[in-house]
Amino acid sequence: MGAELGNYKSCVSARSTDKELLKHAQDGGIVSSLFAFALDEGIIDGAIVAANKEFYAKYPSKCMQDNSNFDMIEPWRPIPAIVTTKAELIAAAGTKYNISPNMNLLKEATRSFGLDKIGIVGTPCQMQAVRKAQLYPIGMRDVGASIALAVGIFCMENFPYQSIIQLVEDHAAMKMESVKKMEIGKGKFWVYGKRGQIVQLPLKVTHKYEQAGCHVCLDYVANLGDISTGSVGSPDGWSTVFVRSKIGDSVWGKAMAAGCFETQPIEKVKPGLELVTKLANEKISKNKKTLEERATFGVGKALRNPYI
Amino acid sequence: MADKITVGYTHLSGCTGCTVALADNYAGLLTLLDRYVDLKYMPTLADARHIQKVDVSFVEGSVCINDKLAVEEIKETREKSAVVVALGGCACYGNITRFGRGGQQNQPAHEAYLPIGDLIKVDVYIPGCAPSPQMIRNVAVMAYLLLKGTKEQKDLATAFLKPLMMAADKGTSACFCDLMTNVINQGLCIGCGSCSAVCPVRAITMEYGKPNGERDLCIKCGACYNQCPRSWFSFDVVSNYEAINEAIMAALQ
Repeated sequence: MGAELGNYKSCVSARSTDKELLKHAQDGGIVSSLFAFALDEGIIDGAIVAANKEFYAKYPSKCMQDNSNFDMIEPWRPIPAIVTTKAELIAAAGTKYNISPNMNLLKEATRSFGLDKIGIVGTPCQMQAVRKAQLYPIGMRDVGASIALAVGIFCMENFPYQSIIQLVEDHAAMKMESVKKMEIGKGKFWVYGKRGQIVQLPLKVTHKYEQAGCHVCLDYVANLGDISTGSVGSPDGWSTVFVRSKIGDSVWGKAMAAGCFETQPIEKVKPGLELVTKLANEKISKNKKTLEERATFGVGKALRNPYI
Repeated sequence: MADKITVGYTHLSGCTGCTVALADNYAGLLTLLDRYVDLKYMPTLADARHIQKVDVSFVEGSVCINDKLAVEEIKETREKSAVVVALGGCACYGNITRFGRGGQQNQPAHEAYLPIGDLIKVDVYIPGCAPSPQMIRNVAVMAYLLLKGTKEQKDLATAFLKPLMMAADKGTSACFCDLMTNVINQGLCIGCGSCSAVCPVRAITMEYGKPNGERDLCIKCGACYNQCPRSWFSFDVVSNYEAINEAIMAALQ
């Protein structure tokens, strides 16, 4: 293949040097640290992230304002929110493993939130949506040039919220509100309880709960982010970072110069890029096959292919 | 200047919002007019209003088929233009004019409105109510490259415009329902929220990671479906976003 990791200028294994951020981070605290640095430096004046119930209780005016009744919202359901301070970043940190419609806030960020320089974090498909919105801004008036830093996260697949309930409550037999952290790694879905209990589910249990739309996705490592990051390829507590665009290169360079991250060459760490490449190829081949199957899904009838 | 493209603008049953969106390119519009575009006719922004022979014509608004002049104008636009671009939701899909039923002063008998694609062959759609100024700008630059550019630029412009040509071939009706029938029902929705961000009437909210439409509010503009990354997506074009954005900005420097 060869194109499975997308274009990138550099790749390292990295970890935030901010101990406080690391305490709340999913892995190496890359996204939180990058946004904290970019906020401090005025590179961005706000970032769109996936927050949650507890965040909403503290910062209601920073959350998406629509018809949703966030007072009733369930634990672990993501709420897209705009963060402008480090405290807010910490309150929103960590992976939620279900769908946060961050694009929904992109236009509103430039309107009622008044941002001129937006940071946004999202999955590979959300990075595709960001770039489509820049090139074909059908209803995204004055938004494209306001996107100052788009950070993509590695993603094998995502789950609807109800699937997470099914996995946590039915399979792992834990209450949603008692979960401290969820994680996918080492071939398992891990649920960590607040009292210290740990449940692991084999991924073959989780597959049937995946979001259907993920099965035609041909991007594992967020090829269209300015910077993309994920735990795969790096040791525990570290993250693999791809620096991709000119914007990404400039922000990463400044953050490194400011001492925001400690890094190791990706060639020196285990399991390294070999595993990232392997998983990327697995995802892409599996989903290309799905696309082929969709072409002959019925009797003389195909399912739609979104790619042209 | 000999290598400018000639452009016209036909204004039918539309609210002038698309004209305003074009004008909202400010200095960018002036650069377009200076270097790339010879604007032959256009109500509101030019002195000449009558349809002439041009390379590209933009059409704003739907056609009132009870209005003889409007019907003649859309036909004449087709006859005299190499490329016809439907600009905005009304020209592409009927949009809010789909709800017209006559009775308004001072032409109460003007009750039937059709998107231009129901009367003529349309080459390119620019959906949106109104389309963003940047979308109009991008298509205008690409139209110029298509007609006057180098071989490489022509290929880029062709790839860029292809989905908008396919949209023109696809049909003349749009609705929030397109997200249900062509994205969610097809197992393609990824819950990103692009659709709800761009809905001009805020008819869409994201509920549990999927769009939920208040169908009575939908004005049938087609913005949600066309902005969706799973309606149409070209890796060839979007993967080159950085170079394309830079080329467009450089063209307007």
